[in-house]
Amino acid sequence: MIKALGYFIEIIKGSLITTRHFMVNMWFHTLKLFRIKTKRKGAVTIQYPEEKRDIASRHRSLHRLLKREDGKPRCVVCMLCVTVCPSECIYVEAAEDPDPEVQKVPSTFIIDLSRCCFCGFCVEACPEDAIRMDTGQIEFAEYSRDKLIYDLEKLTG
Amino acid sequence: MSDWIIILIKIICALVWFLVIALYLTWAERKESAVIQDRIGANRANIWKFRVIGLFQPFADAIKMIFKEDFTPSFSRKFLHNLAPFVSFFFVAITISAIPFGDVLRIGGREIKLQIVDFNVSLLFVLAMLSLGIYGIILAGWSSNNRYTLIGGMRGAAQLISYEVALGLSLIGLILVYPSLKLSAIVHFQGELLWGWLPKWGVFLQPLGLLIFFFAALAETKRVPFDLPEGENEIVGFFTEYSGLKWGLFMFTDFMEVLIVSCLLTTLFFGGWQVPWLYADGFHFPWGGEWLLPHGIVVAFQVLAFNLKVFFFCWLQILIRWTYPRFRYDQVMDLGWKLLVPLSLVNIAGTAILLSLIG
Ligand code: SF4
Ligand code: SF4
Repeated sequence: MIKALGYFIEIIKGSLITTRHFMVNMWFHTLKLFRIKTKRKGAVTIQYPEEKRDIASRHRSLHRLLKREDGKPRCVVCMLCVTVCPSECIYVEAAEDPDPEVQKVPSTFIIDLSRCCFCGFCVEACPEDAIRMDTGQIEFAEYSRDKLIYDLEKLTG
Repeated sequence: MSDWIIILIKIICALVWFLVIALYLTWAERKESAVIQDRIGANRANIWKFRVIGLFQPFADAIKMIFKEDFTPSFSRKFLHNLAPFVSFFFVAITISAIPFGDVLRIGGREIKLQIVDFNVSLLFVLAMLSLGIYGIILAGWSSNNRYTLIGGMRGAAQLISYEVALGLSLIGLILVYPSLKLSAIVHFQGELLWGWLPKWGVFLQPLGLLIFFFAALAETKRVPFDLPEGENEIVGFFTEYSGLKWGLFMFTDFMEVLIVSCLLTTLFFGGWQVPWLYADGFHFPWGGEWLLPHGIVVAFQVLAFNLKVFFFCWLQILIRWTYPRFRYDQVMDLGWKLLVPLSLVNIAGTAILLSLIG
């Protein structure tokens, strides 16, 4: 009985916390309804498509392939990213490069974003700093899967 | 003839009120939970870009539910499976017929009671109908022919039947104080004054009864602190095998139960449509002032008071639903049988002794 009473008091305390949240937030919502500016807002929600949050500098977003000064991709087709990718979603084919310093360029470079898990291992593995995930682009949802297969053109784009 | 028309109009008005408020309770629940948790809540449903703080959300939900596939599993007992949601819906919906929304309204020499039917035993009627609603749950659990739904249905039956006892017993004290089973008479009694200033509301005369009734009624609505029949993360619940509109009906019945519990709390313990010190001809304050009002305004005040009280209790129930975690099954049974039932017996004995002492 005593235990039940203590429990009952805690229950009331709990509901007072939620009531306080309700009252305080409702007060700020009401002020906003009457167009009164306050420093605090009634909710911490960010209304996403209209308001956007800043992306952190180390955020992993859509991949891009970097280019040399002459416009060719920096990638030397060492296959390290292909090997390390846990989702096995990178596909690279090599072509010969006339420049003996470079030797190989990718003729196809495909990332299947529908399978990519955005782990960033490909970026870490690349010895040439040829692939980065710093475009800051996070909205690339599509209605069909084949639109999510990004090729060389789209990646260097 | 005109009597029938009046009854019909009353039924339509009461049902529309009931269903619309229950519909908007779904919206209120989302919004209130959002405000409690520092969120905004559903606000995107729009008609031609008019959002109006998400007021169209219930309609969007309804449209979604209507167009979802209504899937009946092949292993279920078809007839009972289809019947169950309607059973639980019907028995909750019918209770509204006994709730008094206000006193009599006089139009053109005719007295219209603002209550669909004024039974002699309307209190028993409401309780009986609410307990018949259990059949919907048991039927749903049983006819789905799935272990989890069966466990849910059995849990629902056990919980509701145990709390039915406390619910009934908690009201006996009340019936002793207001010697009537007629809801309209109970509300009339609550208009009288104690010591010349305190309205004789149930909350002042039967505080313990109110507490027990409130807990038991919360358990009857089978919402979160007592949601064992559903128990999302344990057994999914008695309507696991339902989809589309029939599932929506179960969901909607929950909200209707919240509303009917609020109506009952208001009617039995908070004076129903009574406004303190408002009589048929206006306010008579205990400190001597008067404020006479025409009949129409008095009735409007009464209906408004009833609505406000009901909304407050809906708010309170939603608050409770979003504050507390679920009880364990044995805790629910302990609370019901070891605390609420003995307490309600103590309440009955105490009330009886007090009444006999006062005479
Ligand atoms: S981010 Fe990870 S999963 Fe995606 S392509 Fe790079 S290595 Fe593969
Ligand atoms: S690791 Fe870098 S250089 Fe090697 S194949 Fe991948 S992108 Fe090209």
